Amino acid sequence: MAAPETSTAAVPTLYTNNTLRNAFGGVLSFFILLLIGVMAFSIRLFSVIKYESVIHEFDPYFNYRVTQFLAKNGIYEFWNWFDDRTWYPLGRVIGGTVYPGLTLTAGTIWWLLNSLNIPLSVETVCVFTAPIFSAFASWATFLLTKEVKGTGAGLTAAALLAMVPSYISRSVAGSYDNEAVAIFALIFTFYLYIKTLNTGSLFYATLNSIAYFYMVCSWGGYTFIINLIPMHVLLCIVTGRFSSRLYIAYAPLVVLGTLLAALVPVVGFNAVMTSEHFASFLVFIILHVVAFVYYIKGILSPKMFKVAVTLVVSVGLAVCCAVIAVLIALVASSPTKGWSGRSLSLLDPTYASKYIPIIASVSEHQPPTWPSYFMDINVLAFLVPAGIIACFSPLSDSSSFVVLYIATSVYFSGVMVRLMLVFAPAACITSGIALSQSFDVFTRSIKFQLPGISSSMEVDAVETSSATAEAQNDAVKTEKSEETSKNRPSKKSKKKEKEKEEKPSTKAKAEKRLLALPLDSSVIFLLLLILLGAFYVVHCVWAAAEAYSAPSIVLTSRSHDGLHVFDDFREAYGWLRHNTDVDDKVASWWDYGYQTTAMANRTVIVDNNTWNNTHIATVGTAMSSPEKAAWEIFHSLDVKYVLVVFGGLVGYPSDDINKFLWMVRIGGGVFPHIKEPDYLRDGQYRIDSQATPTMLNCLMYKLSYYRFVETDGKGFDRVRQTEIGKKYFKLTHFEEVFTTHHWMVRIYKLKPPKNRIRGKTKKSKSKTSSASSRGKRSGTGKKNPWQ
Amino acid sequence: MGRASSKEDVGALFRSLRSAYAATTLNLKIIDLYVGFAIFTALIQVVYMVMVGSFPFNSFLSGVLSCVGTAVLAVCLRIQVNKENKEFKDLPPERAFADFVLCNLVLHLVMINFLG
Repeated sequence: MAAPETSTAAVPTLYTNNTLRNAFGGVLSFFILLLIGVMAFSIRLFSVIKYESVIHEFDPYFNYRVTQFLAKNGIYEFWNWFDDRTWYPLGRVIGGTVYPGLTLTAGTIWWLLNSLNIPLSVETVCVFTAPIFSAFASWATFLLTKEVKGTGAGLTAAALLAMVPSYISRSVAGSYDNEAVAIFALIFTFYLYIKTLNTGSLFYATLNSIAYFYMVCSWGGYTFIINLIPMHVLLCIVTGRFSSRLYIAYAPLVVLGTLLAALVPVVGFNAVMTSEHFASFLVFIILHVVAFVYYIKGILSPKMFKVAVTLVVSVGLAVCCAVIAVLIALVASSPTKGWSGRSLSLLDPTYASKYIPIIASVSEHQPPTWPSYFMDINVLAFLVPAGIIACFSPLSDSSSFVVLYIATSVYFSGVMVRLMLVFAPAACITSGIALSQSFDVFTRSIKFQLPGISSSMEVDAVETSSATAEAQNDAVKTEKSEETSKNRPSKKSKKKEKEKEEKPSTKAKAEKRLLALPLDSSVIFLLLLILLGAFYVVHCVWAAAEAYSAPSIVLTSRSHDGLHVFDDFREAYGWLRHNTDVDDKVASWWDYGYQTTAMANRTVIVDNNTWNNTHIATVGTAMSSPEKAAWEIFHSLDVKYVLVVFGGLVGYPSDDINKFLWMVRIGGGVFPHIKEPDYLRDGQYRIDSQATPTMLNCLMYKLSYYRFVETDGKGFDRVRQTEIGKKYFKLTHFEEVFTTHHWMVRIYKLKPPKNRIRGKTKKSKSKTSSASSRGKRSGTGKKNPWQ
Repeated sequence: MGRASSKEDVGALFRSLRSAYAATTLNLKIIDLYVGFAIFTALIQVVYMVMVGSFPFNSFLSGVLSCVGTAVLAVCLRIQVNKENKEFKDLPPERAFADFVLCNLVLHLVMINFLG
């Protein structure tokens, strides 16, 4: 044929042209990646600019306190730390219940910088850890998508991930939480898995296990990885894509990964005993069976193989059934079938609301609404289906992984709003693929129709069409390895060749048809795509600046006379820090526990870890009981101060009165004398004059609205938009010690029991004491003298 | 008739398996021997655990997983070194062995840390 001769004649010039183009492309993509990293870092800095460099929310304060401890005392003390300033009187084993990845990472960065004589404080390092790791995460997305579809798709996906609002919401500067590091670890682990699958190298399998270890250290969501990868292996086996690379990618990961996961104290033996990990072991066994079958098939003749199959089936079936029956009995004997509460609530969304009210009460665990999808991933919402279709043409191991990843993460993001975060990278990868493919189509049509460039393009077209003629089977990677034996200029050209030949989906006719789009319509569509990207960028910047940058410990509001800043939380914690003894115990609802221990440095009764439901229910019961009973409960816990958050004066909607029904529910779950209908009038929750007497007498009502009528004379609650029911009352067992400037935080002190008891109470006390002195002699000192 | 022929078939099956396996090269057979030894060690540990109880569970776990792990890695090495495997024909066997050593190093480091 004449065509190969012209191609061989043109090869020298084409070779240098190609290398020059590839070198230029390599340098360009390096600079683009650098810019993407800078963009990912800077878009998260809005909160630092608008407010200050402060840690946000609740959970990050705990991580910050742990990092401070690590920085001050070193790693051995941290590993063995028993914290007695929280969950009084139980304490908490920090070393065994915290995921150490985030704190160790930030601690290492702080130590490294300080040893280089760059004196950054721990707080600065903590605040800026999340933006740095989001830059790393976008680079990891580039690597992952490059393995799936090529450099162009990789760069697009990286740019999309750097800005996607769902990821920004959990990784702004100041949001020092596990997800800041965990999402980077997740994407990097997936990248190394796909790389091992594509290359079959044991070196990358080792790196994959180490990256998985880092993920286990960082976040409880690592169970997603250890269930998704076995699912993908099973999918590959079932669709007939079993290969030795699959074995090398999966089997070392299971063994090394389980061992590494068991090393982390939080996981410990759960790595082999909970149902969340059983899928990996099951697929491990199935993989070995399939590999053995393939091996036997390879060394036997077909007739002998049939005999072997009948033998194995008849003998092995009985053994298999016995083993499976034993396994099922073991698993079914535990009440939750071996799953943890959080995982069960993911599989059965109604589980938490029926059995574990604490999990159901966290706002992050609610299902998302439809608008939140558009808020969080915007334009990607309709690029994702296009990307899924692009993954199918042609279907390779890595693109089937991407499809599986996005299908499962869409389901889980629909169950819990917090898991939108796991869905965001999948959405960015698929949309990156879709955008890059469509850019390819349009720019190729433009190129083919511009005069002067068409001659060299013809040679390219011949090369690609001859290459596509060879492509028969579905695995693109074997294609690539065959090609590399032909010509190996550089890695980038390999990717470019692959990119070129994948698009026309292995048919030369289809290629010619696709390339024949008219020039003006491709230019218009190209401009429209760029406009789409511009809309996405504008939305992301707006979301980052307005919606997701609030530190929630400082609030601002604009009115006609300027900007008001509500710094009440820090005011209250500062007051506690300076005006109480170091060993005083503070009781509040569990939301504020972390902030109280970190900023006020006082011992708290319950905090955001919520590991002990009964303890939280005790506090909830105390808040829902009348003053006497509440005083008793708090006195038995050695509490000195009670803290409530009240938003009625300024209209702050997440105050304790709005959370009060959860306190009732959780308390009522453990102490049956607290019944939720007692606090509702006709099924409605009210605090005005129509409220039930139980509601008007409970501690939470009294502590929130004590002296509230003095502010405006009528006691109008701006959040509930009514006047309060009981306006004039005195507190008998508590005294108010501090109320912040906007009445947002109110601190009360427990009144000590009276020294002398006179009059009527003395007689009743002597009666009760003589009747029950034998049993209660030790307890009379703590009895409430006001009865 | 069915029984007799199936017995013959089973016998023929085992003979053909034997002859096919005898045809594999020596280095692959050595690797297979190593895999068999590792699995056998793991089985001994499991039997011991069943008899004596699993009290230091981390020791048991690390012992069994190190045996299973090194067996799996040896199988991966065998896959990469096997000359009949077309996917790995441009991978030099020295590189495969170096990867095997590295992975074993990481595995045993982790295992010794967990042994307790």
